[in-house]
Amino acid sequence: MRLQLSPELEAFREEMRTFFTTQVPQEIRDKVAAHRHVSKEEYVEAQRVLNAAGLAVPHWPVEWGGKDWSPLQRHIWREEMQLANVPEPLAFNTSMIGPVLAAFGNQEQKERFLAKTANLDIWWCQGFSEPDAGSDLASLRTTAVRDGDDWVVNGQKTWTTLGQHADWIFCLVRTDPTAEKKQRGISLLVFPMDTPGVTLRPIELIDGGFEVNEVFFEDVRVPAENLIGEENQGWTMAKFLLGNERVGIARVGSTKSMLAQAKAHAREITSGGRPLAEDPRMAARIAEIENDLLALELTALRVAANSADGKPHPASSVLKLRGSELQQAATELLVDIAGPLSLASFAEEGSDVPDWARVATPHYLNYRKVSIYGGSNEVQRTIIAGSILGL
Amino acid sequence: MNFDYDSEQNDLREAVRGLLARAYSDSEQRRTVVKTDPGFDEKTWSRLAEMGLLGLPFAEEDGGMGAGPVEVAIVAEEIGRVLAPEPFIETVVLAGGLISAVGSAEQKGELLAGISEGTTIAVFAHAEPGTRWTPAAEAVTATQSGDGWTLTGVKEPVPSGARADVLVVSAVVDGGTGLFLVQGDASGLTRTGYRTHDGTRAANVRFEGTPAVALGSGDQTPAIERALAEARIAYGHEAIGAMDTALRTTAEYLKTRKQFGVTLNKFQALTFRAADMYVSLELARSLALWASMVQEAGGDVVQAADRARLTVSRAGRHIGKEAIQLHGGIGVTAEYSVGHYTSRLTAIDHLLGDGDWAADRLAQNVASYDTVDPLGAPYAP
Repeated sequence: MRLQLSPELEAFREEMRTFFTTQVPQEIRDKVAAHRHVSKEEYVEAQRVLNAAGLAVPHWPVEWGGKDWSPLQRHIWREEMQLANVPEPLAFNTSMIGPVLAAFGNQEQKERFLAKTANLDIWWCQGFSEPDAGSDLASLRTTAVRDGDDWVVNGQKTWTTLGQHADWIFCLVRTDPTAEKKQRGISLLVFPMDTPGVTLRPIELIDGGFEVNEVFFEDVRVPAENLIGEENQGWTMAKFLLGNERVGIARVGSTKSMLAQAKAHAREITSGGRPLAEDPRMAARIAEIENDLLALELTALRVAANSADGKPHPASSVLKLRGSELQQAATELLVDIAGPLSLASFAEEGSDVPDWARVATPHYLNYRKVSIYGGSNEVQRTIIAGSILGL
Repeated sequence: MNFDYDSEQNDLREAVRGLLARAYSDSEQRRTVVKTDPGFDEKTWSRLAEMGLLGLPFAEEDGGMGAGPVEVAIVAEEIGRVLAPEPFIETVVLAGGLISAVGSAEQKGELLAGISEGTTIAVFAHAEPGTRWTPAAEAVTATQSGDGWTLTGVKEPVPSGARADVLVVSAVVDGGTGLFLVQGDASGLTRTGYRTHDGTRAANVRFEGTPAVALGSGDQTPAIERALAEARIAYGHEAIGAMDTALRTTAEYLKTRKQFGVTLNKFQALTFRAADMYVSLELARSLALWASMVQEAGGDVVQAADRARLTVSRAGRHIGKEAIQLHGGIGVTAEYSVGHYTSRLTAIDHLLGDGDWAADRLAQNVASYDTVDPLGAPYAP
């Protein structure tokens, strides 16, 4: 057992920290820190800065731009990125379809898509969930029927995050409705969002923002060459992809950054004639969340330091579950520190309420999502009970 | 950064586990042992000594093994796993730690050798009725008399206080809290021992002009604070071992116990709660391991111990209570094992400071820094 990082890893951490805090434009990082809306152009700009330095897709195979880093290096890379409030490389590209293409795509597909995916020249969106297929994803009903050289897609997807920005969609479709197990009749297709027959309806969320969409498919013709992997192998790729989705989902760096902001604001707000930070209940609450976050960070480090042999550490399932709870606890803390100021959520010019207090409640409401997406926390508990405790 | 034991540490763990598994192969064996005084098995104590475990953290020149906090943590976790009632942390970590930190060469030579050999049981008599979890003494005072000292006042509860051969006693001196050694057969010493809810023993220890020898001189509050911190970390590992067994016992029970014609693991209301127990355990384990690494690296052990205490306390209560509830009525019986784990976790929680106490300490300066870096200062030099 050893507390410190090796000198090499310490230098690596410093290198990451320096890069993220000096090379990614400050105004973009300020927006992330303030939880304000980051535009498509800003996402693209930030990812291209990273990609130019080889830091957008370090977890990909080396021949497609990956770095062959250890899990601990990847952990440090991600944490430092979050601490510096850098918008993370678009997950749909870098954690989801990219690794799937690298693992299951044919050579032509890899050459066609991977470099553009890493550089965010193509913005991907995820066509997985449907109105009647949420946690029970395998019951999806969108169909693809072979017609000559094309697949003809009909059906509907939902919760398609940032679909309004997307150039392409990767989409799970049912290609064999007669398969004995519903998981066996699913395939993965990719196609441009401007293909005739694709329509998108934005869904307004409780924070007033537009982040997710419904996507409808009406006789959408997709060339057969856009099938990824084998026909009816889609579920294997979906599981592979969702496994990646849970990596780094603890988001410790991001929650740490929120907690540091919460402390700063608690020092500024006065309550009962003293700074709120000196209120014993508030201070204890912050201390408790901070300690929970430390336990999570150490668990993430334990998992990262121990998963070198390729097998995930059993404690990894804790990361999503607890990580989402602590992200939510931090957003809730910020609302409570803002107190009455939190009501000025949609104030514009002419309000004296500081920006952080205006965004606090929308952010808190928006972050109810984190215990739902990427495998809801109930799904995580099912995994822990089943695969770890054998229940 | 590495959380893995090396091969020697793995061997140590296997050896301790093997020894304790023979001594406490089921909860009946433990029940028998804790029924009679001194509340632990003297033969097992000798075997721990033969294995070198009772001198584990002491310097080799003092008769010890010169091992570090991680080795101590390994032993503590194995003790917790079977609820071995032997006073390892009390004697080796706490009393032995204080003697090791501030004792003269002569005191160390004599007492640490005795502890290592298993012939001397020393405990720290520190708690006083009316105060809680402070490094300072208030109710016992020390008075210089000739070459030596006398002590007056009451310490309670003192773990294994009636059985101890030597007491390390904190007492008020000019300018703070001093440390003293009192022999078990000293005049003016009255010890009234009793059984505690977790099967171990504690005592009321009354000093009435009791002769004592100074251990170090002047105010020893910082040394006491540090020894308490190291003991908190060790108790944290004992609690991890106990929680681990409580969870595994509960999971096994859910798989075998039938109601409504099916095993209990068919009920999601129960399996989800077991999953949450696992989450609590693994988070606490991470912090406990980290605290030992901070201690080994020479970092801020007091703050690291508070952090471990907070998380272990919350986890211990969560897992202890749920382990009983998921068992049902049998969990409340003395005849079944799991309730004893809850009882011991509850005792550990209150020995040297509970979660609220630790949270309050951490809250004192939580607003004075931005973020915690577990790999950097003040935890790593």
